[in-house]
Amino acid sequence: MDAFSSFWPWYVTGPLIGLYVPALYLLLNRHFGVSSTFRDICAACLRPNVPYFQYNWKAHRWRLVFVAGIAIGAFLARGTLATPATGQISPHTLATLSRLGVRDFSTLVPADLFSWHSLTTVRGLLLTIGGGFLVGFGTRYAGGCTSGHSIHGIATLQPASAIATLCFFAGGVFATIIILPRILAL
Amino acid sequence: MTYVVVLLLGIFFGMLLTNGEVISWFRIQEMFYFDSFHMYGVMGSAVIVGALAMVVLRKLQLRAAGGAPIVVEPKELHKGTVIGGLLFGIGWAFTGACPGPLYALAGSGYGAFLLALLSAIGGSFVYGLLHEKLPH
Repeated sequence: MDAFSSFWPWYVTGPLIGLYVPALYLLLNRHFGVSSTFRDICAACLRPNVPYFQYNWKAHRWRLVFVAGIAIGAFLARGTLATPATGQISPHTLATLSRLGVRDFSTLVPADLFSWHSLTTVRGLLLTIGGGFLVGFGTRYAGGCTSGHSIHGIATLQPASAIATLCFFAGGVFATIIILPRILAL
Repeated sequence: MTYVVVLLLGIFFGMLLTNGEVISWFRIQEMFYFDSFHMYGVMGSAVIVGALAMVVLRKLQLRAAGGAPIVVEPKELHKGTVIGGLLFGIGWAFTGACPGPLYALAGSGYGAFLLALLSAIGGSFVYGLLHEKLPH
């Protein structure tokens, strides 16, 4: 079980993620993608009376099973990791974040920004609730996320997915360099 | 039976995201600072392996389970690809998580990410309400 107690290098993780594209086509004739489940959950639970949510979400139940699996798998993985500490992050990134006021580097996520307590702070709310909202709104508007566009879409040579991915990175770099320092200063 | 396989694939995916540090907020910041190859290696090798595997499927004319020919649905290009893409990028930098990792973080006991996930579902809900009015 040694393999499960440590972090895996990119050349193990990446190729295995890539194999989900052919695997889901072979198994279900469906494309790999995660953000469409946000729409399924709205359609299934909230039944809003607008055209965007009027479709047969039950035909896509497999996606909901898949994301439930992700949550379970992550729970198991976190249990088997010998140390929940973050991996070998670049010293430059750590120094920059430390200068911006991030204090907790003990696990994969800084508790001073993302915890029940941080939700009582403006910056915690902006990052958690604001960030989450943008992820849900943006991926549905763009028609996919990192899995559907960046991995499945580019692997199947779709121009829209290449453009979407460039925009994901443009938005991310802008937010990290320009917006995040201002939020962390709050 | 298919659902059991899908559930197992999902479970292993959650482990990949965790052991591969894709759910690490620090790894995502590092990626946007261009300070490390890690995330580029993960995504780049995933794309290359996925693309090669799809070429093999096509060359061997493999069919999906059940016998139907494999159909790749085209991804539409419209104004939302750019506007939505930029907005998602900002959310990705804030939370350090794209949709897969949101489920993973919520499942692995980072409580605040339960709310981030609910907020993402809310974001998709608002998009659905505005769908007809937004430029596409």
